[in-house]
Amino acid sequence: MTEATMKRTPLYAAHVALGARMVPFAGYEMPVQYEGVLAEHRWTREHAGLFDVSHMGQAKLRGAAPLASFEKLVPGDYIGLKEGKQRYSVLLSPEGGMLDDLMAGRPDGDGLYVVVNAACKDADFALIESELGAEATLERLEDRALLAIQGPEAVDVMVKHEPKLAELGFMECGVFDLFGAKCFVSRSGYTGEDGYEISIPADKAEAAWNALLADARVKAIGLGARDSLRLEAGLPLYGHDADETTSPVEAALTFALSKRRKEARDFKGAERIMAELGGAASRVRVGLSVLEGAPAREGAEIADADGKVVGKVTSGGPSPTLGRNIAMGYVPPSLSALGTRLNVIVRGKSQAAEVVATPFVAQRYFRKTATA
Amino acid sequence: MRFTKDHEWVSVDGDVATVGITKYAADALGDVVFVEVPDAGKALSKGDSFAVVESVKAASDVYAPVAGEVVEGNAALSAAPETVNADPEGSGWFAKIRVANVADVDALMDRAAYDAYLASL
Repeated sequence: MTEATMKRTPLYAAHVALGARMVPFAGYEMPVQYEGVLAEHRWTREHAGLFDVSHMGQAKLRGAAPLASFEKLVPGDYIGLKEGKQRYSVLLSPEGGMLDDLMAGRPDGDGLYVVVNAACKDADFALIESELGAEATLERLEDRALLAIQGPEAVDVMVKHEPKLAELGFMECGVFDLFGAKCFVSRSGYTGEDGYEISIPADKAEAAWNALLADARVKAIGLGARDSLRLEAGLPLYGHDADETTSPVEAALTFALSKRRKEARDFKGAERIMAELGGAASRVRVGLSVLEGAPAREGAEIADADGKVVGKVTSGGPSPTLGRNIAMGYVPPSLSALGTRLNVIVRGKSQAAEVVATPFVAQRYFRKTATA
Repeated sequence: MRFTKDHEWVSVDGDVATVGITKYAADALGDVVFVEVPDAGKALSKGDSFAVVESVKAASDVYAPVAGEVVEGNAALSAAPETVNADPEGSGWFAKIRVANVADVDALMDRAAYDAYLASL
């Protein structure tokens, strides 16, 4: 893709003004870092990091029964989703593979608000429209930016602007007056930290961005640290840690399969997915602690104790918080138990690794109740 | 000190060249988190990948600016890879190489030529 055809978010000028290093990502010119990945990563874990994620796809699904309609595409219980809540799910292929992962919630009584990955958004939205035909309409919210503020001080920063945001629980959402606009706000994110995602009209985005950065607890954080933060949080990155061949069972996302939907077996690929839930999966995503040597990155082979290649690393790198190398990848279920010793092959060298629990770094979401 | 278009620097003392990556390269990489340097005795042709430097995001090869034999890799970098960012053209050196032909070093860019090259990027 040439520079002339690259898209920009409403915050492009703000990134350049901050001295960001801009790189192509999913068709957009995006900030990969401002002062440096490590400093930005640590700032987010200790204070509050502000991310521009306006490249992601936002849409509203409306119709006679938009929640029921949406269930044709995903394995989650959306009919049971109350106003003010959102839920993570995956867009399924007929074979039960993952076409994308997404968030869908009800910030208001007007249909379902959906956020999908930037690289997949055109295909996702085309699929939703073609599958649902006349029963629902999808409005792409191209005129909205999306900000994420993440970290232990995010709540203190946001309640200055809207005190009611203190009471919003993890995966709850609503419409709030912020920065002179009606914003969709959810208590969620993709760093493992407490925080918020804020959908704001594009023409208000830069003023909101600057108002948030005016708080000394807040720094702008690029996609580089976003990636290392989500890796530590054990969160898969679609297109790397999952793709259309991967089922949600293989990807260790079984929490996205709602009880009612499993009982009804009424989602795409249900035959495969239910068989895999019963133990038929040939591979599963695990966390790996790399015990020696260089970082094991995407594409590195995983071998068993006898040196036989059994899988591949799908993301990996240094964990700034832990000070050691971590990775995720796919292995046969027989080698997925915690503590299983494996090897990762980096530039031809075999390095010891061990299956460990994810998240690698404890998530610090603000959960109001244990059953939420 | 001499420089390559791949952003390595070379400093010669007698027939031994100390080799590292330039400040420009270190800044472009960002935070260096891992460095793999060669063992003594390794024979290098010009352009061989002889070391690896890794940032949080990616691994990059470092290429031999001249042919020769490795005398010493900078073992201190394995414990303190951040030295590459802090002092890229000093204590962040990667290897000392006994140069096969010292004239090869003279053929590389001097500081003024390298600065002009950076300005053209």
